[in-house]
Amino acid sequence: MKATPHAPIGRDPASVAGKQPPIDEATDLLIVGGGPAGISAALTAAGAGVRVTLVDENPVPFQTMGEDVPLHFGGRMAATVANRNAVLESMLAARPQLAEAIDAGVDVRLGTAVWGLFPQRPTAGWIDGHVAGLADEDRVYLLRFKQAVIASGCRDMGLAFDGWQRPGVMGAAAAYRLATTYQALESRTAVLVGSGTEALLIGNALMEAGVRIAAVVEQAARVAGPADLAARLAANGARLFTRQVVEQTIGDPQGVVAVRLARIDGNGAHLSDPGERIECDTVVLAVAAIPAIELLEATGCAMSFQAARGGHVAVIDAAQRTSLPFLYAAGDCAGVWPSKSLCDGIARREGRIAAVAALRALGAAADGPSEEPVSPDPPLRDVAHERLAWVRATTLQAAATPFVCQCEEVTAAEIMGLRPPRYLGWRRDAGESWRLGSVDPQGVPDPDVVKRLTRAGMGPCQGRRCREQVAALMALGTGSALADIPLATYRPPVRPLRLGALAALPEVAAMAEHWDSWFGMPSQWIPFWRVPPAYTVAGRCTAEPVGGE
Amino acid sequence: MISSGGAGAAVIIVGGGVTGLSAGWWLAREGTDVLVLEAGAAGWGASGRNGGGCSHHHSPLFREEQRLWPMMDELLGYPTEFQPERIRIALDERQFELYRRALENGARQGFGTEVLDRRQVRELVPLAGEDVFGGYYHHFGGHANPHRTLQAYAWAMRDCGGRLLQHTRALGFETRGNRVVGVRTSRGTFACDHLVIAAGPATAELAARLGLTVPLMSARAEMIVTEPLPLMKLGGVDGNGLYGRQTLRGNLAYGGGPHEWIEAADVQHTRPYSTPLQGGIARRLCELLPKAAHARVIRSWAGFIENTPDGRPIIDRPGGLENLTIATLSSVGFGLSPASGRAVRDLVVTGACDFADLSTLKLSRFAGLEPDWPVLQGWLPTAVGAGE
Repeated sequence: MKATPHAPIGRDPASVAGKQPPIDEATDLLIVGGGPAGISAALTAAGAGVRVTLVDENPVPFQTMGEDVPLHFGGRMAATVANRNAVLESMLAARPQLAEAIDAGVDVRLGTAVWGLFPQRPTAGWIDGHVAGLADEDRVYLLRFKQAVIASGCRDMGLAFDGWQRPGVMGAAAAYRLATTYQALESRTAVLVGSGTEALLIGNALMEAGVRIAAVVEQAARVAGPADLAARLAANGARLFTRQVVEQTIGDPQGVVAVRLARIDGNGAHLSDPGERIECDTVVLAVAAIPAIELLEATGCAMSFQAARGGHVAVIDAAQRTSLPFLYAAGDCAGVWPSKSLCDGIARREGRIAAVAALRALGAAADGPSEEPVSPDPPLRDVAHERLAWVRATTLQAAATPFVCQCEEVTAAEIMGLRPPRYLGWRRDAGESWRLGSVDPQGVPDPDVVKRLTRAGMGPCQGRRCREQVAALMALGTGSALADIPLATYRPPVRPLRLGALAALPEVAAMAEHWDSWFGMPSQWIPFWRVPPAYTVAGRCTAEPVGGE
Repeated sequence: MISSGGAGAAVIIVGGGVTGLSAGWWLAREGTDVLVLEAGAAGWGASGRNGGGCSHHHSPLFREEQRLWPMMDELLGYPTEFQPERIRIALDERQFELYRRALENGARQGFGTEVLDRRQVRELVPLAGEDVFGGYYHHFGGHANPHRTLQAYAWAMRDCGGRLLQHTRALGFETRGNRVVGVRTSRGTFACDHLVIAAGPATAELAARLGLTVPLMSARAEMIVTEPLPLMKLGGVDGNGLYGRQTLRGNLAYGGGPHEWIEAADVQHTRPYSTPLQGGIARRLCELLPKAAHARVIRSWAGFIENTPDGRPIIDRPGGLENLTIATLSSVGFGLSPASGRAVRDLVVTGACDFADLSTLKLSRFAGLEPDWPVLQGWLPTAVGAGE
């Protein structure tokens, strides 16, 4: 049995050349996210004579929610979220403009996640045009697009304290989404950790949804967000604890039953005077709203740490356009700041601006008044300092060394000590080079190296619960500014995909005809005792079977 | 012993991948003053983007690869996650015949392989399915964790007094007569008594600055990673057109399939992106290990890799400059790195490799190569339209 010889002229048959996958579906403008920014973009673009497709991953499958993807749901979703039709109804009721978009001719696909964007570019050019990878409950598939507006919202920074892995510890964005979009938040009494504008807004929204907010906990000396929002919570029975953090949760098999607070000094050290025990079934982590940038970063947009926008975001121009000319960011994924959180008009304006720019790029008529570009509020708070303060006072002080990365079970000390994972059973003393900062003493610590060595962030939640904590630990461990810690890369699939579903992506026959494990070069694997003394293309061996090792 | 003071080193190695860092470690551990210059982050190229296989029975470095791997944790003082032995599964007769070569090559060099029938494969590989044709159980080779190994080389080298400068790009060289005396970099000039170029895809361009033609083309290849699954008895399981392994954590990390040829100039400025090819890899992994079909894919990788025209390494002190060593492993470098680093050390220190015959890895084998060889072999980058 001999393999086919290489074609002497033409393209390497073992390469990607000529193997583009069949792609049946196409749109002109792809909008990712059906919140205020995405819907506004869709309504702006509808009727302009271009195909508009709006995808939103809600309702997220129950199992995916159980893995805390895309938000930190903390096991507090009611069983009704497994009923897809019921959730769809709740969702359409909560976002009536989705129906408006459908009526306006927008191709709205709910329960559909985008797991990657694959623009044609040098070094990755084998598929013509721009392609999006989509996944719904039934299938994984590809969609061609020309322009895309990403309006993927925000998620929450995780914060490790003893017992934070218990069901009931969840992110504020997850609690808000379950309460408002899904009508499925299983919580009666919650403690809110964090008191910024986003935290207090969500606290009030949860209260209106019937959740009793027992306490608001803030590491700083005073409440960080608007006083009226805090006062409304207080008027309904919430107690405000400043210069305090959660020391631990107390729980039973169903999850949290109470939290124990700790009083802290100005350096984050816990005071001996014990903090209060507060009965609650839910702990809502609201220390930082993090722009959901994974799709933008994985696609290769230039990113930067912008404190006024709440951390790492895509660099955008006045038209919300990223460094990739076909890609726009709008809504919370383009930046979170107080006035934007208080009024969704800003996110909507961003969506409209992005849609108009995309329509112009498509050569379509973009009517309507021109919009004032959006800029963030001048920052009133130092978000980088606050995040470090939370981690220093909470995680670094935790007595029982909780796992910062719950998927891979990595503690703060292990991250800061660059320890190999425990399953290796590595007991030897480390050489002197083994420490955070030693990876490149001339440069800043590299979060991707920390990931690879400790495995923090490498699990099924794809680092959603620990990323910002790992960056904060690296800054604290090396004395660096948080803004100087580079962003760890994201890579597709930015949503976990079932192997069997990804396997069903169609391919052309040429793919199977020339599939080899490596380069498909006969000469590469000739054993050294049979290698001819000289190599030329004309004289090369083509009769050996090809099969990479 | 070679030594040098000041802003330089006795030996400068351009390229902080596995080959360069292994060579740096071998040199440093015997007291040689060595400096490794890396344009980006150590191991950010192909060294950190591979299947971790350590079973290269076709290579003159094979015996040394096999001898060294079981000792590497001990020698380096840091974990590599090396695990011995491999199983290769064939799903049809064609694959079974193709994969037999490893048995023959191993046997000729004194390493044993068991031929497995379907039942034996399924006993040894619980994730395998009904469609197995047969397999091979190699009592040699194995796999290791590329990132961990890369860092282990870097740390072990530093523990021995070697130096690594990352984000330091070699821009050119200074020569005197037929000797290289310095490396000009983005962080100034460093003097050297000996220069090693082990810079992966950039090797050709750097060698050209010394008037040396090293025929190389670069390509992009991809892998996927699943969430952890229960550990199989042996993680080094591949076949069905895939390479890869189950990691000690339980993740399945596999790659294979078509590569994309790229322009060398794009390597420096472009991140290696993965593409929908991950569907094709997933398809074949599902065929190979169907009981893993429910597992979630949580990451993908891509990497840039260089190849010589025959796909075989160049580890050589080419004629012309008397203190220059070139090392490119031509897309198969990770597993061989314990041995290739030692070979480079031998070439640098004594001029000849004392444990393996490197005569088939000389640059001079390409003396008669057609100048338009990439076109003749069809190794052509995709033409990307004016869209971007």
